[in-house]
Amino acid sequence: MSQQPLIYFDHNATTPLCPEARQAMLPFLDNVFGNPSSYHSLGRQARSAVERARRIISEIFGCSAVEVLFTSGGTEANNLALRGASSAMKDRGRHIITTAIEHHSVLKTCEALGREGFEITFLPVDSQGVVDPQLVVDAIRPDTILISVMHANNETGAVQPVEQIGRIARQRGIVFHTDAVQAFGKMAMGTVLDYADMVSVSAHKVYGPRGVGSLLVRRGTSLSPVMTGGHHEQGLRPGTENVGAIAGFTAAAGQSVAKLAVEAVRLAALRDRFEELLLQTIPGVSINSRGAARVPNTSNICFTGVESESVLLHLDLLGICASSGSACTTGEPEPSHVLRAMGLSSLQAQGAVRFSFGTSTSQEQIDTGTEALAGIAKKLREVSSLCQN
Amino acid sequence: MGLDTNDEAAPEKLQHDLLQPADEDAGVIFYNETVIEHFTNPRNVGEIDDADGYALVGDPSCGDQMKLWIKVEAGHIVDIKFKSFGCPGAIATSSMTTHLAMGMYLEDARTLTDDDVVRALGGIPANKQHCSLMGINALLAVIKDYEQRALQKP
Repeated sequence: MSQQPLIYFDHNATTPLCPEARQAMLPFLDNVFGNPSSYHSLGRQARSAVERARRIISEIFGCSAVEVLFTSGGTEANNLALRGASSAMKDRGRHIITTAIEHHSVLKTCEALGREGFEITFLPVDSQGVVDPQLVVDAIRPDTILISVMHANNETGAVQPVEQIGRIARQRGIVFHTDAVQAFGKMAMGTVLDYADMVSVSAHKVYGPRGVGSLLVRRGTSLSPVMTGGHHEQGLRPGTENVGAIAGFTAAAGQSVAKLAVEAVRLAALRDRFEELLLQTIPGVSINSRGAARVPNTSNICFTGVESESVLLHLDLLGICASSGSACTTGEPEPSHVLRAMGLSSLQAQGAVRFSFGTSTSQEQIDTGTEALAGIAKKLREVSSLCQN
Repeated sequence: MGLDTNDEAAPEKLQHDLLQPADEDAGVIFYNETVIEHFTNPRNVGEIDDADGYALVGDPSCGDQMKLWIKVEAGHIVDIKFKSFGCPGAIATSSMTTHLAMGMYLEDARTLTDDDVVRALGGIPANKQHCSLMGINALLAVIKDYEQRALQKP
């Protein structure tokens, strides 16, 4: 492997822990180890930290502290939102609306609910990977209880019209959930609970630790716990709080929101440079969701005639970290469901690579990365049975 | 394992360095050096204009495709060239298949199996085992094509 420092273009997968988060976590990995549910001073100290963190998170999102539930991350937040709300409202109706481009933690959960007696409508998206709010209106039925649409797509970065969809849902008294894991920290989201009833966020996408996140639940939203246990998190999420992780999440969320305005402009410029350079230097390159509003850090690229894992391995050998939506792991590769929903052929989707930039990304890295990609595309196309010499 | 152990060596034994790759994972969770070398520097890439046999196997929309050409003289493969679309496992196994078949008598080449390819590569990750089938299928198909052409010759 390369001895060069790594170039990390995979911030939508996870991010490095920021110093603020690390610092905030240390006491809880050390002497402040109490269980927040304990009676004694050590427990009270931990309880106080968790409740203070809850207030800070609530201020970041402009909501009330009781509307913040800590979870083990985005996947658990999405599961709690979908399973918890549908279970609480199953006597009112059994119809749920979502989209074809959701993260698997929403998609697979909806599919499972579909097997458990709920009816799911998976809305299509346009060629830019954006859902049309009118399709939501058209899909609503008298028995629709829940709508879940992601805020920004993890693969393409395409931002969905969630404020509009949220208002549509609220007018009709339907609970609206948005998976904001990839939007939080990358774009201004406004006062989220003004348009959504439930919002999922994750710490490790905003330079916090892995294994912690939050589900924001607007007061009055019908929600049942999906795990049984103690009284933690208002009885909605049993289990001893991961105090250190919650502290790290809070610090990371704070710093990422504070830097957001400046960082979003910087990353958009780097992303634009990256895409311009690729288009100029490599034939057969296309940029997915380029016509959509996107979070500023994400660039999803199709390289004609080559397979994405081969691009990833060449990049990896050069010390450049990126990812792909598809993974040829079973002999029946499933190219990205997101790109397929946008109308890309299976073959086109096989060649898609996702680059996601972040605080460590520099112009120098962008230039190194694009130069590397030009060489890799050329090399793989010389071998490719789909390319003529 | 209790906390009250008197064995002074015990706590040390319990210290595992998870940053060190485990031997039992070598080549299982990721490609080994031989596979990576064949991927980055594939042997026998190209096309043969006046080939004696040609085969096309795989389906690119399912992830991989291989084109294979051979030149045959006196019953053995004197030249072999391939082009493949696919993952690193597909490219490396394509390369190794041609590397093994080069110079072989057709009778011997016909007996090569995907196991031979995997063994020559020193193993490939479990979820990539299917890749090695493409190379062998292409080899069998190209020999068949050569034989059919030979039958049709006056």
